[in-house]
Amino acid sequence: MRFDTPATTNPIDQLKVVGRPTDRIDGRHKTTGTAPYAYERHDVVPDQAYGFVLGAAIAKGRIAAMLLDEAKAAPGVLAIVTTLDMPRLERGMMNAAYLFGGPVVQHYHQAVAVVVAETFEQARAAAYLIRVDYEPEAGKFDLAAEASNAPLVGDDSGEGSSGPPEVRVGDFEGAFKAAEVKHDESYTTPDESHAMMEPHATIAAWDGDQLTLWTSNQMIGWGKRSIAKILGIPAQNVRLDSPYIGGGFGGKLFIRADAVLAALGAKAAQRPVKLALTRPLIANNTTHRPATIQRIRIGANRDGIITAIAHESTSGNLADGKPETAVSQTRLLYAGANRLMAMRLAPLDLPEGNAMRAPGEAPGMMALEVAMDEMAEKLGLDPVQFRILNDTQVDPENPNRRFSHRDLVGCLRLGAERFGWDKRNAQPAQVRDGHWFVGMGVAAGFRNNLLTKSAARVRLDGQGVVAVETDMTDIGTGSYTIIAQTAAEMMGVALDKVVVRLGDSSFPVAAGSGGQWGANNSTAGVYAACVKLREAVVQRLGFNSADAVFADGAVRSGNRSVALAEAASAGELVAEDFIEYGDLAKTHQQSTFAAHFVEVGVDALTGEVRVRRMLAVCAAGRILNPKSARSQVIGAMTMGVGAALMEELAVDKRRGFFVNHDLAGYEVPVHADIPHQDVIFLDEVDPMSSPMKAKGVAELGICGVGAAVANAVYHATGIRVRDYPLTLDKLIGHLPEAV
Amino acid sequence: MADPSELNVNRREVMAGAGACAAVAVAPLSAGAQPTPVETPVLTQVSFNVNGQSHALEVDTRTTLLDALREHLRLTGTKKGCDHGQCGACTVLVDGRRINSCLTLAVMHQGNTVTTIEGIGAPDNLHPMQAAFIKHDGYQCGYCTPGQICSGLAVLDEIKAGIPSHVTADLTGPVQLSEAEIRERMSGNICRCGAYSNIVEAMTEVAERQG
Repeated sequence: MRFDTPATTNPIDQLKVVGRPTDRIDGRHKTTGTAPYAYERHDVVPDQAYGFVLGAAIAKGRIAAMLLDEAKAAPGVLAIVTTLDMPRLERGMMNAAYLFGGPVVQHYHQAVAVVVAETFEQARAAAYLIRVDYEPEAGKFDLAAEASNAPLVGDDSGEGSSGPPEVRVGDFEGAFKAAEVKHDESYTTPDESHAMMEPHATIAAWDGDQLTLWTSNQMIGWGKRSIAKILGIPAQNVRLDSPYIGGGFGGKLFIRADAVLAALGAKAAQRPVKLALTRPLIANNTTHRPATIQRIRIGANRDGIITAIAHESTSGNLADGKPETAVSQTRLLYAGANRLMAMRLAPLDLPEGNAMRAPGEAPGMMALEVAMDEMAEKLGLDPVQFRILNDTQVDPENPNRRFSHRDLVGCLRLGAERFGWDKRNAQPAQVRDGHWFVGMGVAAGFRNNLLTKSAARVRLDGQGVVAVETDMTDIGTGSYTIIAQTAAEMMGVALDKVVVRLGDSSFPVAAGSGGQWGANNSTAGVYAACVKLREAVVQRLGFNSADAVFADGAVRSGNRSVALAEAASAGELVAEDFIEYGDLAKTHQQSTFAAHFVEVGVDALTGEVRVRRMLAVCAAGRILNPKSARSQVIGAMTMGVGAALMEELAVDKRRGFFVNHDLAGYEVPVHADIPHQDVIFLDEVDPMSSPMKAKGVAELGICGVGAAVANAVYHATGIRVRDYPLTLDKLIGHLPEAV
Repeated sequence: MADPSELNVNRREVMAGAGACAAVAVAPLSAGAQPTPVETPVLTQVSFNVNGQSHALEVDTRTTLLDALREHLRLTGTKKGCDHGQCGACTVLVDGRRINSCLTLAVMHQGNTVTTIEGIGAPDNLHPMQAAFIKHDGYQCGYCTPGQICSGLAVLDEIKAGIPSHVTADLTGPVQLSEAEIRERMSGNICRCGAYSNIVEAMTEVAERQG
């Protein structure tokens, strides 16, 4: 099905199932421990051996030799594959770092060997008997030191944020110089780790030249092509199966060392091999969100109208790596006639920087929305009002191009009302509650909506059960449930008459999970397949297709009503289709919007920051399942609190690695850090996005929330911190007098 | 301070020493490698009760309780998130108390009674806490969920038993059930998807129903 004109009325608009808060259909399995994740597939293939991955102990250089005698002689060892056994392997899609092969070490904890043994304990013990002779080389590990020489580099994150090396509209420099009120500050965001709960894990089994990977991957289609490219085998010889994924956040968009080394280990041992990256390996072996240094300049008239806005960002990466697209949202979020956006990329020898939840916007909004807060204060305007004043309904770079639907103003107004914003004292550091300084902060949220092809197959059996098959993944996003809701709505059956099978590369290729594109596109693909199945049903039952109604497990036309199951009484009906898109995303800018409100308390003596209240108001098209969509947003808000207050991969600038590479050193929010969270979805549809009229929402929730926390800390204390995270050491020397 | 000359090392000797170090660094590994004796794993018998069923296992003494459950008994509902006691995904109940099963060896549990998520309820026979997690959407990817539920049950018991926490205001009276107590006590169970707000609501509902 080609979607190239705005959606009109269709069966989804009935909203009998879609749009209703619905318990997850996979909930009974997830809450009872009966949902099998990658490392747990004891049932799929017998005789599984255990793999253990050894990571490089240097950040840059070569391996001169590897001594394996002791490891090979260790009990239970079946095979050892080292990086010296083969030339450097190809890379998978969209990755800068090479995963395995050859003597060159590109980054710390790059995989250098896999040991396969009868048991996990044996594989682990043997791996530490491998002796590696390194020839280290000097590397570049300090972004701040390299930033001044970093060249302009453009990029598309592939996840909805992009920019050429430099964008200029009007005359920024002239307008900024002439502006009555100016703001010019720099902000930094640190390297961050996805830290998903399930480590990267794979079971690999060869059957002749056929390879099956039971793995944990967000993008099955990409993964299938990537592992084939890396191993140099035809893609049709590879099957991936990933029905449950214990979190990804961008860290599992790609084939990583676990899949490659399970496959190589299984080949060498002539046994199926299961392995997981150990927790201490993950931060340096895989990808991370790169640190940024951002400069923002805003010029405005006295009345608060922005006349000039510039956002420049510098990040670092390995050779062939991409910049963090932190300026992307600033191209679209606020009006202003004179504009400058630029990205610079410094070559670094740290592990690969790549997509993490809302790449680009997440760190970009952390800077932009603090700058907006600072500018509002300089103008003597309320920060909500300042944002409303500078709203735009058109793409500021191309005023002929309108937003498909944009209600940022509605989010801000409703949020302010519900949060009690009118009670906020405009002066910072005025409110005390016992030993706490209390403050409120606001930030806009913004993230683009992406359209991408997505396919599905639907089956109807003689019991009236509708089965959906697609390689779409559910990484906690609720895909199982919204896909079931879509099929139930389209075929006129109850939710319990729908079976959903996901994550198997033998199924039609779906959008996958990334860039908050999963929900809208994957359900639109299911919609398309269901339209075809409805046609097949109507034809089988001899109905006039134009007026057939699918409802209550039956098909009705005129006075005639037949049970849906009847259509498959002579044999299963199968339909397959995909959604693909015309130019609607080019003719109209499709984005999602939010307003984040946060109240914090800052301990007057210690500078400890506690988040007391959080509210997000989101405008993201039709909300398919308000229950799981709310969870996506509160989860993103939680990760945003982490980014604001604690998350930071500490760089050892001499040895070139992330020091705090486990869940004790890399701090993420825990229960005690997060209060009750409120989310409001504006009741809206976007007919430009797909027949579902939905847009992405999973990443919108993190975009802006960090800035709202930082703005609340400023409001509480009068201390403006522009270097994330806002740890107490950055506050404690500057706190107002406690007494 | 000692006179540097007393060290009796001249520049030539220092340089020679540095050269020797450099030579060692680039020498083939095999030249200096002393083969260490490789010991065969020590296997030990251990028996414990898991979810009402007795199990007698022969395990490597290095095997954690977590791996004994997941790899030997194939009870994969208990999750391995970090293997270092940092995340709580492996939380199980041993003799009624919650522990991180990755931080304890299987052989240390002779005669113990272990309850895992599989022993708490089943898909067609949910425990009220499991049902409350579903109702309040107290999970997303599901990987930390069994640990959260095991911890959640133990936390309510700990509060009932009067065991104080960091946020307990009055150490002499009974411990009050509050969201602050729940959040404090659950903080060893990380949920990176960020379902905390919903988990607290699920636990509160179960606690209030228990009375």
